[in-house]
Amino acid sequence: MAEFNLPANSVVKEGKSFSAPADAKNTRSFKIYRYDPDSGDNPRTDTYDIDLDKCGPMVLDALIKIKNEIDATLTFRRSCREGICGSCAMNIDGRNTLACLKPIDDIKGEVKIYPLPHMPVVKDLVPDLSQPYAQLASIEPWLKADSPTPPDGERLQSREERAKLDGLWECILCFSCSTACPSYWWNSDRFLGPAVLLQAYRWLADSRDEYTGERLDALEDPFRLYRCHTIMNCTNTCPKGLNPSLAITEIKKMIAERRA
Amino acid sequence: MKMQSDLGRVRGLGSAKSGASHWWTQRVTAMANLPLGIWFIISILSGHAANYYAVQAWLSSYFHSTMMILLIVSFAIHASHGLQVVIEDYVHNRKAEMISLMLIKAVLTFLSVAAIVSVLRIVFAGA
Repeated sequence: MAEFNLPANSVVKEGKSFSAPADAKNTRSFKIYRYDPDSGDNPRTDTYDIDLDKCGPMVLDALIKIKNEIDATLTFRRSCREGICGSCAMNIDGRNTLACLKPIDDIKGEVKIYPLPHMPVVKDLVPDLSQPYAQLASIEPWLKADSPTPPDGERLQSREERAKLDGLWECILCFSCSTACPSYWWNSDRFLGPAVLLQAYRWLADSRDEYTGERLDALEDPFRLYRCHTIMNCTNTCPKGLNPSLAITEIKKMIAERRA
Repeated sequence: MKMQSDLGRVRGLGSAKSGASHWWTQRVTAMANLPLGIWFIISILSGHAANYYAVQAWLSSYFHSTMMILLIVSFAIHASHGLQVVIEDYVHNRKAEMISLMLIKAVLTFLSVAAIVSVLRIVFAGA
């Protein structure tokens, strides 16, 4: 059966507290999930009180401040700090999003930060994403064509054909959507998940790609595609405002179309 | 110990190349259930099921007995498809999954055939 309770060694315990400097006027608590597999201890939540007057506006700014000034052991991924690399995806205030795009002011009260849900945790806020990465590789996310490349070196697309890729190419593969999806939680071993299916549709919708039929063959599976029950957590949570649910519906429509 | 690569594990046994007809049938039966359900509720509310003789008079109509059997078939298929999805979602023990899927289909087949036989018996009882 699906597991609805955490195993005993995964139960999250109350951790340490770090209070703000005495002269801080505008403080905010950050309650952050901590887990170190090497220690053998259960995960815990540490609370850090931060002086917001001496911190940037985004949740990522606060995390960097904590790591630099309070607790260097805090582990998280980050790179571009402007919502284009997808590294700092995590669960903030109960919702998967990018720490760099989430203003602290959007959150009322204590800021709760956990890693992306239902993924193995490498350390603290760093999830192991090998499985979704392998699933992305499995849909072969590159242009496949048998027609030789035109002599001038480019495969042309009309403006209308190119427009079909809008809302798809912007995905930065942060996997906020896949890890927000209950179907992905229960069946991630076989269901591809919204992020990977949106990428699959990005190549199905590409007028230059000549392997649409083979791609649909590979997707037409009770688990790979049809585990999507249109719950729409993916679309609600996407920090880039994309609509994976719609992309999945389009794939289902394409498969229905070629049957009739 | 498992040393298989992530990609090998994800590709697994490959695509079943099915699932589309299950998905489509579930939607078609859902659409059919709407008018059939409305017809059924209206019929019950207008007193056609007050007693055995009322039911017999009601189902002796070609239209109503056909609708009744369609309703049984459509509801049974929809229920079977829906429950199958629930079990596939949550039951991860392969053996338990197979057994519960077969059990659900057997029970629903039995119930729907029994319901159809009952309708026919009522229809032909007067004949």
